[in-house]
Amino acid sequence: MSWIDALIIVLGAVMAVAVGRVVTGPANADRVVALDLGFVVFIAATALLSLRLDVVAVDILVLAATLLGFLTTIAVSHLLERRPR
Amino acid sequence: MWADIVGGALAASGTALIGIAGLGLLRLPDTYNRINAVTKAATLGVVGVLLGVMIIEPNGTAVGLLTPAIILQLLTTPFGSYAVGRAAHRSSSPLAPITHHDELHRPVPAYRPALRYDRRGPTTATRRNASARSDLGPPERAG
Repeated sequence: MSWIDALIIVLGAVMAVAVGRVVTGPANADRVVALDLGFVVFIAATALLSLRLDVVAVDILVLAATLLGFLTTIAVSHLLERRPR
Repeated sequence: MWADIVGGALAASGTALIGIAGLGLLRLPDTYNRINAVTKAATLGVVGVLLGVMIIEPNGTAVGLLTPAIILQLLTTPFGSYAVGRAAHRSSSPLAPITHHDELHRPVPAYRPALRYDRRGPTTATRRNASARSDLGPPERAG
């Protein structure tokens, strides 16, 4: 067990916190914030996983998740703005 | 050896920042405070982890894929957090009791148009505003 495994375990704990906040957020905006943190954890864990598995092609998931996280955040926040109408 | 130490320190500090953000998401009392915590992690934590990975294994593929990811993350995270904060305030997410004052307290409708025209032309309020602002140019034609 190297140090990369320890970092991935920490990120897994943060992902559990984010999923818990998505499930039991008091407001819907809390769910959006937790989704954003979930994307952050996914990006970091994928980068560490490419280092751990020694597969460089996994890094393309990092780039895709960066773009997808931004678009998801913008889209869900617009949904949240239009919701009470 | 040198690259391993520096990259490992960067990746570990980035992961620690993301862990602190998870703690903040769990413990902070308010949506806006949680947005603050998550934004810090999304900028500095992710950039630290990606820079650490890029320093440890400086392939051409890894550098070519992770450098645009870092730049995009630094550019897009403030916009995303701003959009989430505005949406949280407009969907009337509750403020923490320790909030001192709220700059956006007056409830503003989400997509209210600034001027309303009907078939006959501008309404009286619009006409009055147009005459008061005649130094800005002629008012728009109703149409």
